[in-house]
Amino acid sequence: MRKRPRLSPSPETAAVLGLARASRRAVMRGILASGALLGAGVTLAGCGTAGARKAEGSCVSDDLSAGEKTINFSNWPQYIDVDEKDESKRPTLLAFQQQTGIQVTYNEDINDNNEFFGKVRNQLAGCQPTGRDIMVLTDWLAARMIRLGWLQKLDKTNLPNVEAKRLLSLRARSFDTNDEYGVPWQSGIAGIAFNGTVAKDVRTVDELLTRPDLKGKVTALSEMRDTMGLLLQSNGHDPTKFTDAQFDDALEKLRKAVAGGQIRRFTGNDYAPELAKGDIVACIGWSGDVVQLAADNPKIQFVVPESGAIMFSDNMVVPNRSSHKSNAEKLMNHYYDPKVAAEVAAYVNYICPVEGAQAEAEKIDPELAKNPLIFPDHTILARTKVFMALDEAQERSYEQKFQQVIGA
Amino acid sequence: MSVLSHVGAPVGGPKDTVREPVAGQRRRRLLPYLLLLPGALWLALFFAVPAVQLAATSLYDPAGSLDLGYAMTWAFGNYPDALAAYWPQFARSFAYAGIATVLAVLLGYPLAYAIAQKAGRWKNLMLVCVVAPMFTSFLLRTLAWKTILSDNGWLVGLLRDLHLLAPDGRLLATPAAVVLGLTYNFLPFMVLPLYANLERLDYRLLEAASDLYASPVRVFRRVTLPLSMPGLVAGTLLFFIPASGDYINAELLGTPNEYMIGNVIDSAFLVRLDYPQAAALSFLFMAVILAIVFVYVRRAGTDEVV
Repeated sequence: MRKRPRLSPSPETAAVLGLARASRRAVMRGILASGALLGAGVTLAGCGTAGARKAEGSCVSDDLSAGEKTINFSNWPQYIDVDEKDESKRPTLLAFQQQTGIQVTYNEDINDNNEFFGKVRNQLAGCQPTGRDIMVLTDWLAARMIRLGWLQKLDKTNLPNVEAKRLLSLRARSFDTNDEYGVPWQSGIAGIAFNGTVAKDVRTVDELLTRPDLKGKVTALSEMRDTMGLLLQSNGHDPTKFTDAQFDDALEKLRKAVAGGQIRRFTGNDYAPELAKGDIVACIGWSGDVVQLAADNPKIQFVVPESGAIMFSDNMVVPNRSSHKSNAEKLMNHYYDPKVAAEVAAYVNYICPVEGAQAEAEKIDPELAKNPLIFPDHTILARTKVFMALDEAQERSYEQKFQQVIGA
Repeated sequence: MSVLSHVGAPVGGPKDTVREPVAGQRRRRLLPYLLLLPGALWLALFFAVPAVQLAATSLYDPAGSLDLGYAMTWAFGNYPDALAAYWPQFARSFAYAGIATVLAVLLGYPLAYAIAQKAGRWKNLMLVCVVAPMFTSFLLRTLAWKTILSDNGWLVGLLRDLHLLAPDGRLLATPAAVVLGLTYNFLPFMVLPLYANLERLDYRLLEAASDLYASPVRVFRRVTLPLSMPGLVAGTLLFFIPASGDYINAELLGTPNEYMIGNVIDSAFLVRLDYPQAAALSFLFMAVILAIVFVYVRRAGTDEVV
C-alpha cells in the first residue's frame, strides 16, 4: 500500500519528472565521477603543508616609517578612551597624531584570540603582510606567535617610557624573558566574582566548586590558562612552574565539578550579563568586567583568592612584514606616558600596566586611583602570577585535555 | 504520456523547427553552458576546492602541528579516532535536530496550512510575521531566548508557580532550551516550503473528498497530506540539515553537556588547532547527513520531486 493512486501531474511537472527519471543513471555517473575527481584532487593536494615556524628575522620588510607617517592599529572593542561628546574621537590617539604627525588607523577588529589567530594565520605563516602594524594579543597568543617567529623584535632605544615605567610584575615574563616582543596594553586578573544580591560571599575556589547553594549557578572561563591557573593554585601548586601530574590533579577537580552539575557552563566575556541578572551567582571571571558591573550594582564583587589568581595582559606586538615598526614603537612609548595611561585607565577599567599612572589618575578622579582592580596594591600583586609559557606539545596536550572536560 | 498532448506548443521535434544557419545552432548549443558558467565557477571555487582541501587535511599525519607542518600520510585512522572521541556529540546533534524537526512540523504544518488556506486577506501579513524575525541577526534572536528563559524571568517563575518546574529547576542551560532554540531559529525554513506547497492545494479536491463522505481526518490523511509531501520533505530537509550542524544554540542556551558536533569542530579548528581531526569530523558529519537525507528521501517516496 505504499503507492497510492495519484492525480495526474500537470504537464510541466510530468515533463520534469520524466527528465529526472531518465537522468538518474546520469546522476549516479556524476557521483562516481566527482568521487574520482575528489580522489585525484586529494592526491594532488596530498603533499601536506610546510611548518609555519619562521626563523628569526627571515621575514621582515624594510621599515618605511620615516617616509610613511601611518600606523594600522588592531585592538579589541571598547578598549581605549573616547570623547564623551563624540564617541568616534579618541583623545589620547588624537594627541599622539598631533605630537608626531603619524596618522593612526584604529580598528577594533579583535574579538577573540582564537578567532583572530585564524584570521591572520595564513598570511603570517606564508610570510605575507597582514596590513597591521600593531596588534593587541593576550599573553598566550603573543607567546605562540613569538614561538612561531611571527613577531618583530622591538628596539628598546625607541621605548624609553616603557623601559622606565612598566610594572615590575610585568617584566621578564616567561614567554618574553627580555621584554623584546610585547608591551602590555592593559592587564587584568582572572579571579572569583560573585553577585552579593543572590549569594553569600565566595572567598575561595574550593567554595566555588563545592558549595551546595551555588550548584548549577557557577560558570568558569573557557580560557584554559585562567581557569586552570586558579585551580592549580587552589591545590597549592605554582602556575608559573607545574608538572603534568599537577595539571591533571587540578583538571580532575574541575571534572568533578562539571560532572556534579556545580559548573553550569564555560564562558568568554558573556558571563557578565548573566552575573548581573543573577542566572549565575558566582564565577571565575575577569577583573575589568567586574569593575564595570560593580558600577551599576556594588554588590557584585571581585575576589582575588588567598591561594592566588592569574594576571594576564593584552600586549601590543608588531607582526612580521609590518613596514612601520618605529612608528609603532613611538605609539607604544606614547601610551607609557603616565598621564596618557591614566586617561586610558579612567575609561577602560582594566589594570594599568604603567608605574606612576596612579598619581596622575589622582588628579583626574581620586576614586579611580583608589580602585585596587585598576591600580592593584602590593597584597594583590603578590597573590597574582602569570601562567607559565608552554611549548607546542604542552599547549596542545593541555588544551586537548581541558577541552575534553569543558565538553568540546 | 497522453497528458503532454494538450500542451499545444511545439515540443521541439526536428520536423517542427525551421532550419537555422549553422552559427545560430552552435550558439544555441553553447548557451546552456554559458548560463551554467557563473554557477559552476562559484561552486568550483567555494565548494569543490575547499572540499578537496578539507579531504586532504583529514588525512594528514595527526602527529603534525602548525609549527612543524603536516605530512600527508593518508592517515585514514583519523576517522575512527575522531568518531571514538566524539560519538556522544554526534549522537546528540542528530537527536536534538531530530526532536526539533518533529516539533517544527507540529508547529509549522498547522501554521502553514492556516496561512495558505484560511488566512484570507491576512495572508501577506502573517507571512511577513513568519519571515520578520529573520531580519534580526541569528545571534540576537538566540540571546533574546536567553533572557526569556532566564532563571529569574517570568516564564520560569510561572512554570514554578504551576509546579511544572521544581522550585530550583531551570530552563536555561538544559537540553530543552537547546531544542527549543533550534526549533525557533529554523522554523521559517519549515514553514515557507510547506506554505508554498499548501498554497497551491486545490480546495475542490478536499470538497470532492468530503462529498464522497470522507471524514475530515480521512480527507487530511488521504488527500492533503499526500499532496503536501513534497513541501514537507523539502521543509524537513531545510530544517534538519542546518539544525544538526548548528552550534550557537548549544553554546548560548546549553552547557558543555549539551554541546553538539558543531561545537567540537569549532574548538578543534580554532582552539585546539587539531586540523586533521577537525577536518575528519567535518567530513564524517557531511557523510552522515548525506546518508540520512538519502534514506529519508527514499523512504518518503518522493524521490521524483527532490
